[in-house]
Amino acid sequence: MSIALTPMQPDYRPRLRRRRVRNKIGGVILGGALLIWTLVPIYNMLLIALSDDGDEFTGAIWPQDWNWDSFRVVWEEDYWYLENFWHQLGNSTYMAMTTMVLTVLIASLVSFALGRMRLRRAWIVTDVALLTYAIPSAFLVIPFVYLMRVYGLTDSLWSVIAAEVTFATPYAILILHGYGKLIPLELDESARVDGATPLQLYLRIYLPLMAPALVAVGIYALLLAWNEYLYQYLLITSSRNATVAVAIDQFFDSDEAPWNYMMAVALIYSLPPVAIYFALRRYMVAGLTMGSVKI
Amino acid sequence: MNSTSRVLELGSPIGATRPGVPPWRFRLQGSDTTWAIAFLIPYLAVFAAFVVYPAVFGLWMGHDPALYDGLFSDPQYLTMVVNTLVFTAIGVNVQMFLAFLLSGFFMSRNWWIRSLLAIYLIPWALPALTAFVSIHYMTVSQYGLLDSLWRELTGEDGPMFLVSRSLATTANILSYIWKWMPFWTLIFIAARMAIPQDIYEAAEIDGASGWRKLVHVTFPLIANVYLVSTLLFTIWTIGDFPTVYFVSSGAPARQTDVLATYGFHMAFDFGYPNRGVAAMMSALPVLIPAVLLLMRRIRVTGVQL
Repeated sequence: MSIALTPMQPDYRPRLRRRRVRNKIGGVILGGALLIWTLVPIYNMLLIALSDDGDEFTGAIWPQDWNWDSFRVVWEEDYWYLENFWHQLGNSTYMAMTTMVLTVLIASLVSFALGRMRLRRAWIVTDVALLTYAIPSAFLVIPFVYLMRVYGLTDSLWSVIAAEVTFATPYAILILHGYGKLIPLELDESARVDGATPLQLYLRIYLPLMAPALVAVGIYALLLAWNEYLYQYLLITSSRNATVAVAIDQFFDSDEAPWNYMMAVALIYSLPPVAIYFALRRYMVAGLTMGSVKI
Repeated sequence: MNSTSRVLELGSPIGATRPGVPPWRFRLQGSDTTWAIAFLIPYLAVFAAFVVYPAVFGLWMGHDPALYDGLFSDPQYLTMVVNTLVFTAIGVNVQMFLAFLLSGFFMSRNWWIRSLLAIYLIPWALPALTAFVSIHYMTVSQYGLLDSLWRELTGEDGPMFLVSRSLATTANILSYIWKWMPFWTLIFIAARMAIPQDIYEAAEIDGASGWRKLVHVTFPLIANVYLVSTLLFTIWTIGDFPTVYFVSSGAPARQTDVLATYGFHMAFDFGYPNRGVAAMMSALPVLIPAVLLLMRRIRVTGVQL
């Protein structure tokens, strides 16, 4: 038994040293296994995208053809499933950005009203937000789709935006509400003394101080909207209004589709979220810890 | 009471003398209440139009008792219930436990483990759609990547994953773990980082080994996070759609459908939206207690998520 009170000279003690070597080897093996585990599905996308059409499933585990043609086809919209590709990429971007802006706006207004204005019974709103956050969005999808027909929003990007904002806002409220507690109320007080209205407080004091949390919430909403599939697929019916997610599913639903084109689209579609992840990882990870959901 | 608030109290005498009210520095009154409600209106409107109304409409769609008779006599429904239970029980618990163990591995300050963590988290950012479609094509045919790898390693043909119900379910569960374990690992890393180091130092002085520190220090201190995460994740998993929809697509012969994909097919492929809603509603007796328990737990203890 190694006890920390003994002088620490681990290298002179063969047992400890052996254990350390063993731990190191175990760590390397575990790390290697995790690396392979994580990357295989991503590698598979590339493997199929680089194949010739019709050569996707030949049992090769390394790219045989190194054919970048599928990316050219996607780029030039040179296949009939892909004839609106750039437009669809624009739709995805527009939909995700609008969701992000609306989510940040709505959630920050709510968290300001709850946290800074000391509204009575504020817990009702936070409870409702928590409830909506916990319940999976798939539970609402069937009535939601039928209701969108009532609202006359079928085949409209706005119906998708409505759905994404609905499901992104609750978590955003919880995070912002938690983070807002860190900002001293004295700031509001002194601004009040100077005659600021609540709107000015919100715009000039609250929003600037909440910036890190707003970024975290914005990224969350952006990725949620970009990555979501079910509502986009069900609410949008025309190729012109489709998002990239819907376009990929068109390949998936067909029995004889050029899988290499599909995987090229899938890779292009996966790039923005991964790029955002690598660029803004700090904010994303901070977002998980900043909203202490203590209500 | 500081001088600022005193100035404000002088400026707003109404309510300032009401007994029994805590000495708030600001009291909502008059125009402030109007402002606060105005700030809440956008969210309340979204909530009413896109949560309450669909929920009520859903209850109305699924109110007919005859729907449930039809549902419970459908053998596919029973298969689906079993699948959902298996998917949830294994997918959540194995995943949570592994994520907990891995969070310890990723606490290391080694540079290569830090970089590995960045790569390991990619599935969290990746769209479920593309990841699961890719896994679908790894498993769907004898020439998918997994079978090809199997052939390279053993020289024999690999299993046909999506022909057997148990292998297809395994593929679904493993894909689900692939996608979400990084997220939960991160949650546990955050929870572990919140534990003060001196507790470990004290345990070491008492002669605790690594294993005993894990069992008697780390685990009790993050037990609440573990419990709340597991509850929340269980609720999410009961309603998970993309995993089964893309990875096994219900293959073989709709034998691996779970709740959400069953409801989806009923409503949008077979044209029985009411039965789809009824299927979803049949999960409410499990879901509602779980949600209430979760909310109670979070209210009492608070948790970072």
